[in-house]
Amino acid sequence: MTEFYALVTGPLAWVAFGIFIIGLVYRFVSMLALAKAKDGSSLAYMSWFYGIRSILVWMIPFKSMGWKSDPLATVTTFVFHIGFLLVAVFLNAHVVLWDTNFGISIPSLPTYVGDIVSFVVIATCAVFAYRRFALPQVKSVTKCQDWFALILVVLPFITGVLAYHQVGPVLLMTTLHVIFAEILLALIPFTRLSHALFVLFTRAYMGSEFGGVRNANDW
Amino acid sequence: MGKISSWDWETGQKTVVDSLSPLEGHGWQEEPYVSPDGETVAAIVQVGEGEFSIRTNNTVWENTFEKIWYPRFSPDGRLTAICQQDMEWVLAVDGEPLGETTDYIWDTMFSEDGSAISTMYKSMERYGMCLNGEPWEELYENVTTPALSKDGVHTAGVAQVESMGAADLDAFKRGVYTVVIDGKPWTTRFLNAWGPSFNDAGDKVAVQARVTVYENTIAVNDKPWAQTFNQVWEPTFSPIDDSVAAPVRQSGKWGVARDGALIWEPRYQQCLELTHSRDGKKLWAIVSPEYGLFTAACDNAPWEQTFPTVTDLVVSPDGMRAGVLASTYSTDFHIVVDGTPWPDTYDMVWPVVFSEDSKNVAAMVEKNGKRRILVNGKPFERDFDQAWPPVFSEDGTKVLIRAIENNSYVRIVAEVAQF
Amino acid sequence: MSHIADRIISDVGLESGVASLTPEKIEAVVTRVLKGETGAKLKVYKETCMRCGLCSQGCHFYMSHDQDPSYSPVSKATETMYELIDKKGKVSPERIYQMAQIAFTECNLCKRCAHYCPVGIDIAYVMITVRRICYLLDVVPQYIRDTAHSHSSTMNQMWVKDDEWIDSLQWQEDEARDEFPGLRIPLDKEGADVYYSVIGPEPKFRTQLIYQAAAIMNAAGIDWTMPSHPGWDNSDMCMYVGDWENMGRIKRAHYESAMKLRCKRIVMGECGHAFRSIYDMGNRWLGYKEMPIPVIHAIQFYWELIQDGKIKITHKYEKPVTIQDPCNIIRGRGLMDKLRDVVHFLCDEVVEMTPNREHNYCCCAGGGVINCGPPFKNTRMTGNRVKAEQLKNTGVKDIVIPCHNCHGGIEDIIGYYDLGMHGHFIGDIIYELMEKPEV
Repeated sequence: MTEFYALVTGPLAWVAFGIFIIGLVYRFVSMLALAKAKDGSSLAYMSWFYGIRSILVWMIPFKSMGWKSDPLATVTTFVFHIGFLLVAVFLNAHVVLWDTNFGISIPSLPTYVGDIVSFVVIATCAVFAYRRFALPQVKSVTKCQDWFALILVVLPFITGVLAYHQVGPVLLMTTLHVIFAEILLALIPFTRLSHALFVLFTRAYMGSEFGGVRNANDW
Repeated sequence: MGKISSWDWETGQKTVVDSLSPLEGHGWQEEPYVSPDGETVAAIVQVGEGEFSIRTNNTVWENTFEKIWYPRFSPDGRLTAICQQDMEWVLAVDGEPLGETTDYIWDTMFSEDGSAISTMYKSMERYGMCLNGEPWEELYENVTTPALSKDGVHTAGVAQVESMGAADLDAFKRGVYTVVIDGKPWTTRFLNAWGPSFNDAGDKVAVQARVTVYENTIAVNDKPWAQTFNQVWEPTFSPIDDSVAAPVRQSGKWGVARDGALIWEPRYQQCLELTHSRDGKKLWAIVSPEYGLFTAACDNAPWEQTFPTVTDLVVSPDGMRAGVLASTYSTDFHIVVDGTPWPDTYDMVWPVVFSEDSKNVAAMVEKNGKRRILVNGKPFERDFDQAWPPVFSEDGTKVLIRAIENNSYVRIVAEVAQF
Repeated sequence: MSHIADRIISDVGLESGVASLTPEKIEAVVTRVLKGETGAKLKVYKETCMRCGLCSQGCHFYMSHDQDPSYSPVSKATETMYELIDKKGKVSPERIYQMAQIAFTECNLCKRCAHYCPVGIDIAYVMITVRRICYLLDVVPQYIRDTAHSHSSTMNQMWVKDDEWIDSLQWQEDEARDEFPGLRIPLDKEGADVYYSVIGPEPKFRTQLIYQAAAIMNAAGIDWTMPSHPGWDNSDMCMYVGDWENMGRIKRAHYESAMKLRCKRIVMGECGHAFRSIYDMGNRWLGYKEMPIPVIHAIQFYWELIQDGKIKITHKYEKPVTIQDPCNIIRGRGLMDKLRDVVHFLCDEVVEMTPNREHNYCCCAGGGVINCGPPFKNTRMTGNRVKAEQLKNTGVKDIVIPCHNCHGGIEDIIGYYDLGMHGHFIGDIIYELMEKPEV
């Protein structure tokens, strides 16, 4: 088991990071090439100013019509994304990994804060699941991929929390946590989670069209 | 081109009409038109309540009409206008009716030398064309996009040859349109056909044709090309062998096909105004090598410099040079000759004119409300309140300027060397 | 929740088109469009759409049908394009009928949902691409299809023949001369500052709009012209059926008609979709990044006339009015402030709708839906209860509507919901209020 743990945290971690980064680069480069070949009459309107403006405006909760229309979804979305990043990057156990593996030293969250945020992230995932189950306008368009993406995201958190609170065999839980995190990382470029990359461009494009061509706000 | 040399080419200026103010008794006077030789300026005038005539220089047509519109000088200097009398319409030429009156006429066209005049023609809700006052023997439910051959012998248009009920999709898809030449229809039916054009001899016609709902091609003398395309634009006959070339769109890009076979592989965002040189050896067009950018191309080789908008390609008589009008979406116009913009930008520009030896280029431009005549990029000594495009003398050494200044209509012959 | 299959409407164009479909043909056309015509944009939209449902409230159909999820933008995309992509075009002809009905009649391409989608999916683009596929499959509602045929045959929307157009202008000129002596509608005047363009129905049914425009041009002393040749019609149903090829052809005719007359710019009447086809769709297909000649909407033109003091009115419109913000002019081109400047200049009291400006609800006629004709009128009526409520809540009787489609749609809604209101073009009001010569 320990050897397996070593494999998972050693070579497999590098593989996961490798797939994540190479995958993102590949998806970006191939999509850009496709856009250049086929979407010239859209690409031509991309604007740094309007693109960034749109991204920033949509990062303000309750600013846009969409964010105003469904407060629960809005709060959940913001809390989830912030929580996800906080835990993934600044959790003290992760900060140690940044340091030992990449030599990057960054501040870490106080342990109890990391713990709370992890629970909150799990709770937000529960809200997402609730929306997919209960809200007709979400349920009717939810597909397997959507559930898959949600499960992919929540598993590392659940196992992480279990491992931290020593529920079940710690080594097993920790190993599972790492494996699920690696699967998540590796699959981000190839699932619904690729929105982490592409949302920048869809948002910026919508902002550019509205700002540059339509002279209207896209929020 | 014998005509031009018979004009008055003595260098200098003459005031043709001293004052363009409306003549005594005229209610109003509309915008002026000038003859090709610059000797006559004409305008529709209201001579009384519901009564119109045409003023030419300081005289007025004897005949008056209920309505007059579309005054146009023919290349041989005759003045035509579409006139209404007793609710019927006729083309008046120098004040005299050409042919019988009818329910409606429009779209006056001239042969190259001006000897032949055609119009669109409507009688009893049936449509056709009229050549020198003679309507087609057979008329149709509708006729559009008329054409007159260069020699003025033949007329052509696109006719609807079968009736269609309201919103009858099936009839449309079967094809109810064809090309009609001198009143006689082709046998092939098209879903749509646009812009028939004649070869130089006037004995062949090419047209853009929609042969199925989703396929377009070129049809020549009643026979569509075997190859079809996503879209096509105006075909042009080669003066050498009567082969037909046209811009064609395939897989989202434009190229050029000749007699159905691609000769410019589709690689442009756009390809317009395809033009054969007079000797047929060169093929010019306006192309867009990159989205949003346009320029001219000769034999599939685009000029280097591109512009957001390019129009009005004019190819020199020797086929080696060309001029276009370039702009930023119709503001800040440039005149671009041989790929290089002339200095300065303008509020409006008119197509360039080459001298017969292809050595000199002239153009009219507008800046701050004043018209200016340029030769090889250099302006005439002064601007005018109003002007018409310049004309070169046959030997290319002189330029005829037709202009209005201080309410006078003037005719100026300037040496090219004066610019 | 309902399903599109439960509300199929009989239409000759859709039925005859579907009758000649085979699964092979569907697959071939879908593949051709997905591989040949669309690219990264559609691919990324489908992948990035998180199916969160936030777009729902952006849609007047969804809001008017008591939040029936089958009308939400994401549902319409899922039931059409996303399914075509997932199944690689392997769908039945019946399914294509349903998809066509959704794309042509249950989405106005108004882009209001763009204000609701956090990731920036352009549902209108997705839906118009579905229309493109349906068009290539020959499955298009009869009336709008016929209108597109008119465009390709006559370069105008209403089968207006070349002479009928000129005759209409000369007739309106005659009529107007009784009221404004010496008034002209100058035909083909080269070098005029303004080339005035209208939509096909104006010479056919709404000649008074040409009359009014001539009166305003005349009073304002504008150097203007109208063309005698085809190209005069700025409207474009080819755009809305997915016939890009003829959209390009008629837009080219329109732009070139003005450019060949060496006019400085085109001023167009009070129409929304035509504006969209000129500033957004037609120009792109032709390869122009912007319009090759400036085209300005009547709202902006009136605004300029007012700024320059060229419109003189005898008094203000006394009754309170509300303002319809047409999607293609406001959300599409940002003329909301100018529209308000103009209406406030003309009218004493303006009661705004809620929501308004770029967040305003579509009239439900736009995007070619009204052009699909009588079979789908009820779709528009039940699909826009929110507009009726919005209008009613203003408490006024007069609506300023600077768009032809909005006029048609809102007049229908007024009748259907018995609102007792009346729509006006800005031109109607200016004409009513302007100083006229004493005759």
